[in-house]
Amino acid sequence: MPSLIDFRRRIRSVKNTQQITKAMKMVSAAKLRRAQDAVIAARPFANSLRQMLANVANATKGSDTAAENPLLVVRPEERVLVIIINADRGLAGAFSTNINRGAQKFLTEDKAGKTVEIEAVGKKARDYFRRRGFTISGEMMNVTKAPKYADAATLGRKVVERYSNGEVDSVYLVYNEFKSVMAARLDIVQLLPVPLPQEQASVDYIFEQPAEELLATLLPRYVEVAIYRAILESTAAEHAARMTAMDSASSNAADVIERLTLYMNRVRQASITREIIEVVSGASALD
Amino acid sequence: MAETFELEVATPDRLLVKDQVTEAQIPALNGFLGVLPEHAPLLSELGSGLLSYTVGGKAHSVVVSGGWVEVQPHGTRVLAKTAERPDEIDLKRAQESLDRAERRLKESGEWDIARALQAAERARARVEAASKSGR
Repeated sequence: MPSLIDFRRRIRSVKNTQQITKAMKMVSAAKLRRAQDAVIAARPFANSLRQMLANVANATKGSDTAAENPLLVVRPEERVLVIIINADRGLAGAFSTNINRGAQKFLTEDKAGKTVEIEAVGKKARDYFRRRGFTISGEMMNVTKAPKYADAATLGRKVVERYSNGEVDSVYLVYNEFKSVMAARLDIVQLLPVPLPQEQASVDYIFEQPAEELLATLLPRYVEVAIYRAILESTAAEHAARMTAMDSASSNAADVIERLTLYMNRVRQASITREIIEVVSGASALD
Repeated sequence: MAETFELEVATPDRLLVKDQVTEAQIPALNGFLGVLPEHAPLLSELGSGLLSYTVGGKAHSVVVSGGWVEVQPHGTRVLAKTAERPDEIDLKRAQESLDRAERRLKESGEWDIARALQAAERARARVEAASKSGR
């Protein structure tokens, strides 16, 4: 039977852990707020760009030069490039496992038999897929700490270049979309060839530059913005997942402490009772 | 006829301006574009320079560069690569980059002329805007 002192030690150790998980929860909550703000701040540009692209796409419909744009050309899909956005650090519950599992399922089931390459964003994605022998054509670490547009742009330019050179036939983006603090949704979107957004009413624009030229400059930026948005969403989702995980860890610790305290008191009670019995029986022996 | 239209200036990471304005001067790629309410729909690439607009009789400005502008009768959207309010610009740094760009233009050959020209233009706009904002 563990002694009183053992219980005290266990309780102290669990309390220390609880303090750490509580602190991590607070930190994640603060970071989550910042990440959410960033997601919201990036929205107007992304939405406007999408509408503008839809308008230009409408205006260039049927034009051969536009259809020949290297980012719209559809080739038979043999070589697939997948950008997987994951966390750099753990302790976020099932966050990174969800993305990696989902991405692996997509690669091995939907894209079975095709040559697959991976652009890993975040340590968790790189390590997981490297261990399983996937080809990793590039990696980007520690960008989720403070997502910058420049990082997304670098990655965007790289995949656009590889696609236009015909090195890959399609590019996909796998990331966790931030729905709410409790829920993230795994999202897989096709980046290249660019699926043109469809909008109904076409406006008769005055084009300062030929529409085809505008299209050619809009498309690469559209890809960059999509990547940037995915990184922001994933960062927010990561902090939310970590916050939830740390919250449940803290309450688990509280449960453990409560149970241990109960045991400890029982042990203490038992030893007191035993001592009393000893004293009483010792006294009665003298009579 | 509407008195004002909505002007929106956004960069990939933030929304800088969203206001009901009476007029706007936008540095498009082929020269300045004056926009009043009910302007015909227009799409253009954005140049770099000072974008000025008027809200309720008061003039404001932001420095923009690179991107696109979409004009519609009820509103104008500017999607810029970079955009700053004049009071956010570090005058010293802007001046330095202007000097550097001009030096490159003079030395020429070694640098990409088109890029140096663009950099100079961008830097000049920033310096002008920052010195005007009263510092």
